[in-house]
Amino acid sequence: MIGMEVHAQLSTRSKMFCGCTTDYIGAPPNSTVCEVCLGMPGVLPVANARAVEQVVRTALALECEISRHTKFDRKNYFYPDLPKGYQISQYDMPMARSGRLSLGDREIRITRVHLEEDTGRLLHAGDALETASESLVDLNRSGMPLMEIVSEPDLRSAEEARDYAVELRGILRAVGASEADMEKGQLRAEANVSVRPRGSQELGVKTELKNINSFRALYRAVAYEIERQVRELEGGGRVVQETRGWSESEQRTFSQRSKEFAQDYRYFPEPDLPPLELRPDWVAQLRASLPELPGELRGRLAEQYALSKFDVEQLSQESATARLFEQTVAAGAPPKQAANWIIGNAPTLDAQRLAELIGLVVAGTINREQGVRVLEEAQASGRAPGEVVREQGLAQVSDEAQLGLVVEQVIAENPRAAADFRSGKQQALGALLARVKEATGGSANMRLAAQLLRHRLIQ
Amino acid sequence: MTLTRDEVRHVAMLARLGLEPGEEDFYAEQLSAILAHIDRLREVDTDAIEPTAQVVQVGSRLREDLPEPSLPQERALTNAPETKDGFFVVKAIQESEP
Ligand SMILES: [Zn+2]
Repeated sequence: MIGMEVHAQLSTRSKMFCGCTTDYIGAPPNSTVCEVCLGMPGVLPVANARAVEQVVRTALALECEISRHTKFDRKNYFYPDLPKGYQISQYDMPMARSGRLSLGDREIRITRVHLEEDTGRLLHAGDALETASESLVDLNRSGMPLMEIVSEPDLRSAEEARDYAVELRGILRAVGASEADMEKGQLRAEANVSVRPRGSQELGVKTELKNINSFRALYRAVAYEIERQVRELEGGGRVVQETRGWSESEQRTFSQRSKEFAQDYRYFPEPDLPPLELRPDWVAQLRASLPELPGELRGRLAEQYALSKFDVEQLSQESATARLFEQTVAAGAPPKQAANWIIGNAPTLDAQRLAELIGLVVAGTINREQGVRVLEEAQASGRAPGEVVREQGLAQVSDEAQLGLVVEQVIAENPRAAADFRSGKQQALGALLARVKEATGGSANMRLAAQLLRHRLIQ
Repeated sequence: MTLTRDEVRHVAMLARLGLEPGEEDFYAEQLSAILAHIDRLREVDTDAIEPTAQVVQVGSRLREDLPEPSLPQERALTNAPETKDGFFVVKAIQESEP
């Protein structure tokens, strides 16, 4: 059984409780900090309205109940990446509770969604952690707005855990709450994993998996941990409740000492921030303004364009991809063809030009292989596909009826060559083909033309 | 309510306070006296009063999401006992590794 705790950095311009920029990636260390996010004495935090709004939007997309009254609390612990000695978080009155996220026909319950601030970053000087005598602290990330989304232990496999995180990313991006790039640390997933004998209703002892930096790592860490726990129990051992880190290099989880010797955070209400009231009329407004969510988009793509499940999955992963698909179809491309081209070739053309290219292939003006070349050329040169086809003389007359007329005309106009071929002179075909090429201005599909010529001459 | 020595040691550990041997008893007594004082508040009948996290009812006060200038790096680091290449330097934090 797997429950997930996902942290997402919110897409705001300024930090959670101060005006420092959130654009810290690549900035020199400790250059996007101020008295508030450095935790200096005597400063007062003021909550960022946009961050509050984004949490509510996300929670609505997850079908949560929004708390009318909510407040911030202090979570107290000492760690060098936490300059105040406490993190402003939410304890017993989170902004939202009781939501759900659908994975196919499975429904994963969401326990709560709350708002907090991010910590700074610790870098270990030197190479090996064991030998380092000092750590370096960069507080640029300190005070970044962070949303935590906690699920019930409803997930049943490593695949589901990964699918859950992927779906959550899609929702976060759709509502614009977070860019949710795992590699950039904007989306962090922790999995609580426990196993139990088949049929048992009792929950097993869980371990908490951390240090997961990609969806693949999430999948592998959970799969590894399930296997490890099963092996442990079947070998007569027991699972210890602990935090385990995922080691990418060794592809296994390892026991991590806890940050705090005792997990005793002594939460208490944050005295520097007034409680928040999330007014129902405001929440209703946000609900009405929610965009189409990934699940809705998938349903619509499948229904409106009669696409396969695979196509729908591929097209709906990025909203830009889905948009390109719909615009390409609107510009005249058949849905299935548009899906194939977008999934198979990841085109960077705009929808109008992509539809033009697909049109050329569908009409048989060029074949698929030529189409790929035209696509590459159009993308590299910025010219329209039709223009590329004309310039490179790629257009071919492949229409059998059209080419058949030309062939018959050529035979009629060249009785001598035709007679020569019929009497066994193979080279006469070359002369006739040259005429076909001439008659079509070089655009005939020559293989088809040769076929048609032989066919008509042998009759 | 009287605090035990263990509780005193636990609280001291959480607050990162070093205790000399024998100080546990001294603080157990002092802290217990403070708790006893707080206990007096329990005598007030609060059945009809809603719990509150704040006594100042200012309501939702939020700021607009507008970036403002941060401190220059040198100023941010001014009070640090030790710095290196723009970072604060602290004693190594060790977590068990494979
Ligand atoms: Zn700041």
